[in-house]
Order: sequence, then structure tokens, then C-alpha cells
Amino acid sequence: MAFGPHLLLAVLEGLVTSAVLALTALGLSLVFGVMRVVNVAHGELFMLGAVLAWAITTSIGGNPAIGFIAALLLAPLIVGAVALAAERLVLRKVNYDPEATIVATIGLLYIIQQLALTFYGADARPVLPPFNVRISLPWFGYSGYKLSIIAASALLLVISWLVMTRTKAGLIMRATQYDRETAQAFGIPVDRVYAGVFALGAMLAAIAAVLIVPISQAHYLMGQDPLLLSFIVVIIGGLGSLRGTVVAAVLIGVSDGVISVFFSPTLAKMIATLLVAMVLVFRPQGLFGRTAR
Amino acid sequence: MMEGSSPAKAYLLHVAVIALLFVLNFILPAYHHGLLARILVLATFAMGYNLLFGYVGLLSLGHAMFFAAGLYGAGLGVHHFGLSVPVAFMAALACGAVLSLVIGLLALRTSGVAFMIVTMMFAQVLALAILYFAPLTGGDQGLVLQQQERVVHLGDTVLDLTNPTARYMVALVLFSIVLLLTLAVVRSRFGRVLIAVRENEERTRMLGYDTFANKLAAVVISGVICAAAGGAYALLFGYVGANFASVQYSILPLLWVLLGGAATTLGPLIGTLFMYYIVDITSGYTSAYLLIVGIALILLVLFFPKGILGTLRQRWVRWLP
Repeated sequence: MAFGPHLLLAVLEGLVTSAVLALTALGLSLVFGVMRVVNVAHGELFMLGAVLAWAITTSIGGNPAIGFIAALLLAPLIVGAVALAAERLVLRKVNYDPEATIVATIGLLYIIQQLALTFYGADARPVLPPFNVRISLPWFGYSGYKLSIIAASALLLVISWLVMTRTKAGLIMRATQYDRETAQAFGIPVDRVYAGVFALGAMLAAIAAVLIVPISQAHYLMGQDPLLLSFIVVIIGGLGSLRGTVVAAVLIGVSDGVISVFFSPTLAKMIATLLVAMVLVFRPQGLFGRTAR
Repeated sequence: MMEGSSPAKAYLLHVAVIALLFVLNFILPAYHHGLLARILVLATFAMGYNLLFGYVGLLSLGHAMFFAAGLYGAGLGVHHFGLSVPVAFMAALACGAVLSLVIGLLALRTSGVAFMIVTMMFAQVLALAILYFAPLTGGDQGLVLQQQERVVHLGDTVLDLTNPTARYMVALVLFSIVLLLTLAVVRSRFGRVLIAVRENEERTRMLGYDTFANKLAAVVISGVICAAAGGAYALLFGYVGANFASVQYSILPLLWVLLGGAATTLGPLIGTLFMYYIVDITSGYTSAYLLIVGIALILLVLFFPKGILGTLRQRWVRWLP
């Protein structure tokens, strides 16, 4: 293949990564923005979504499309319930203290990971895509399902943006993010908003995982890369900014796709991590964010 | 805080703990003897972590990089450059000092959550670098140091670090030095400034202390102690692996310190000892030891935020340093 088409392929692969990454990172960013806590178990909730997708599709069987749609509806709900339970039983009890939350979510990370290993096993298992269409480009054929991931993610991002800016729920979330005490004084049930936001963040990760699992298989260690990449996206995009998150996800996803086609993935990850750490050191508000209040 | 009220009692307690560990060398069965030698080295790692987390209040999620710096500083020195054991240990300390100085200068520009993430990322970079330079470091497989590479020649006396008693004694000497050093540091003027930074950084700065310089010094001391533990680990147990640079080894010292009691001098030992034996005993029944680590972390945060010795100090033994 010539250089041009090769690059196009790399960019397409990168866009698929970006689409999933944007959803996952949006979940992390939402939780950080509104609740001011870092959820280290976010990657494991992503993994849980993928593992549940496998469990649901295999137990339903039959036409892959039916199983997939069931997974897309059920897996996020279950993951959301798990996150809700963790929020009520642990995070609320430590009063959302940032450091205690990090330690507690590290604990949650290990618990979910170990349970997945024990009950699901160490194998990577595939989930059938809901449909198999190859779209022929002049140079190579490309999976229609992968393109549909990009479309689905874009749709969900637009919906999230509309919810945040045009609905009462979004207004309540933004008010809580802007000033927790004043929001409380105006009668916003901050406690319930926190629970909802934490569950919502986890559900976004689970949706992303269900979308990606037909092309990348479900594995109990698959949560580590999304966690690190989501951190990177949230930091570069500026914490709690939806537009920044999407721009950063596209930037990171595409450059990751392009770099790992031409260089060793370990080296690419190393350089990316170092650069992002430097961004955090020298420009803590992110490349697109405004100074934190 | 009752610090400074009874220095004699505190020093006596620490000397008694060291004496007890010395006596244990002669009475422990072989299996527990080997385990305790390992615990002493890892407790040293935890003490280095505690100095920064417990006393300065800086929660780092990347201390595995300092341990790994010592581990690889000593291990690669012995393996590739044929350094003798004492020189390799010095190399470990030097690696830890340089790395912690650089990381401190960068990471201390941030605070709170950003500090945790930045330290975690720098540690991740080092872990990836170890994998990337696999021809040099052995990558995932790691390197095994041969027995003849781990013998110390001091004049006519020969100290073979593969011998269990020699290994235990070297581990104990390292542990004792670091324990007494920690005690001296936290009782010193410098230690009080560190605690002041933890309690209220703004006010400490307003009182005229250079908080950045003090924090930087704490990062370097902490990093060098962790590197010393790493170097000792490589030389005593003869194995150097990328696993020790992973996030997990940044989280374990946090867990040990939280369990034993942050900002207590003996807490890291107690925490490491407890956790190691809990994992050792339960691994007889289940391979799910990460589950236990996870549950322990959550229970600690929920019910025992001060750890074992922290709670003891709060309730009964007020003079505990």
C-alpha cells in the first residue's frame, strides 16, 4: 500500500480510538468536574462493561444484532448500578475527600479486576459485531461497523452536550460544579446529584466498552490503557470541559493511531505520557481549559 | 501532638524493636526467616514513602520509580558493568538521588490531585522505558544476578549475600539505619517544618519558611531511602524485574503505610508485616490476593483512616513518635 492510503487507514483507526476514548474520558471528566474527585476505577468500569457485553451476548445467542443491542442497553445499567453502590457505600462515607477517594477507588479497581479474573477468566473473548458490512474504498475495504462506532459516539456526544446546556438536569449539574454550597443553598439536592453523576460517568465508560468490544475482545486487564488515556485526554482538554475533552480525544486518538503505525507502541506511549505529564506540570489548566477557580 | 516530651522512651522503644528483630534471626524457622528479611527491605521502602506521605502530606502514586531506580541502578551496575556490591549500592543511591531531585523539581510545581497524577505518569514513563530498553534491562523477564556477583569482599572477610543469615543481617542493618534516621528527622527542626507544611502550607510560608525547598529536600530523602531499599532488594534477592516499576508497587507502600499508620515511625514496619502475612496466609486458600488488597484499602479508608499505630497513638500511647 502507498503512503497516502496507509496514512488514511491509520487516521481512520485513530478516529475509532478517539470515538471510544471521547466517551470514556467524558465520563471521567464529568465525575471530576462536578464532584472534584478522581475515579481511579474508571478503567475497570470500562472493562466491566466489555465483560458484561460478552456475558450478555453469549447468554442470548441467536442473531448477533439482538445480543449486541441487549448488551448496549443492559451492560451500562449494571455498571451504573455498581458505581452507584460504590458511591453510596464508600465515597459518600469518606465525604468525597480527594485523597481518601483515590485510595478507595484504587481498592475498587483491585476488587473489580480480581472478580473479573476469578469469574470470567484470563482469556480474551470476542463478541460478534451486530452487522458485517465492508465499505469499499478505492484502496482498501473498511469495516462498516467501525465507521458506525464513530457515528454512534458522535451522536452520544451531541446528546450529552444538549443535556448539559439545554436541560434542567444539565443546569443542575453545572450549578453543582460551579459552586457546591450555593447550589445546596438554592435547594439542589447535591448529594443525589453526586450519586447520579458518578453512575452516569460509569455508564458512559460502559457504553464505550460495549461499542469497542466487537473489534478488540473482552479481557480482564483491558481497563488500564483506557484509564491512562482518559486521564491524558481530560488533562489536555482541561478538566470538566466537554469541548476540550472531545478535541483532546481526537488529537490523542488520531496521533496514537498514526504514531503506532510508524513507531513502536511502547515508545509512542512513553513519549505521550511524558509530554502529558509536562503539560500538567507547566500548564495545569490544560491546553484548552481556562484557569481553575 | 506530644512530640519532644519523652525522647528517651521513644529511642528505647526503637532500639528494643531492632533488638527483637535481631533475636528473631536466631529463632525463626527458615521460611519465616526468609520472609522477614524481605519484609524488612520492603518496610524500608514503606518508611521512605511514609516520610513524604505521612509527614509532608504529599500523596505520591509513583514511588515505584524510586524503588526501581535503586533496583536497576544496583542490578544493571552489577550485571553489565561488573560493579562490586558496595559500589553498586552507592550507584543505587545516586540513581535515586538524581531521579528524585528531577522529579521533585517538576512535580512539586503541582499539588493535590495533580501531584498524584503527575507522579504516577512519571513512574509510568520509567516503567515503559524499562520495557522499551529490553536488551539492556531484560524487559518483562527481568535479570537474575548470579551468586558470584553478590559476594562482598571486605579485606579478608567475605560476606555472601545469598547466605540467609548474612542476607537477614544486611536487611536488618539497612532497616535500622533508616528507622533511626526517620526518627531523627521527624524530631529535628526540619521534621517539624515538614509537619507544619502538611498542616498548613500557607501559614508556614508566611512564617518565613521556604516550603518549596523543604518539600524538595523531603522528596529527595524519601527517594533516596526508597532507592536504597530497591538497591538492597536487587543485591539481596538477586532479581531485577519490570514488575517492581509498575503502578502496583507504587500503591503497595501506600497501603502498608495506611495500614500501619501514616506519620508514625514504626507504622511502615507494622503495616508491611501485617499485609505480607495476610497475603501469605490467604494465598494458601485463594489466588485472589488482589481482592484482599482492594478490600483492605477500602476498609482502611472507611474505618481506620489513621492505621494501627495512628489509632493506638490517638487513644492510648500519646508519646508514640
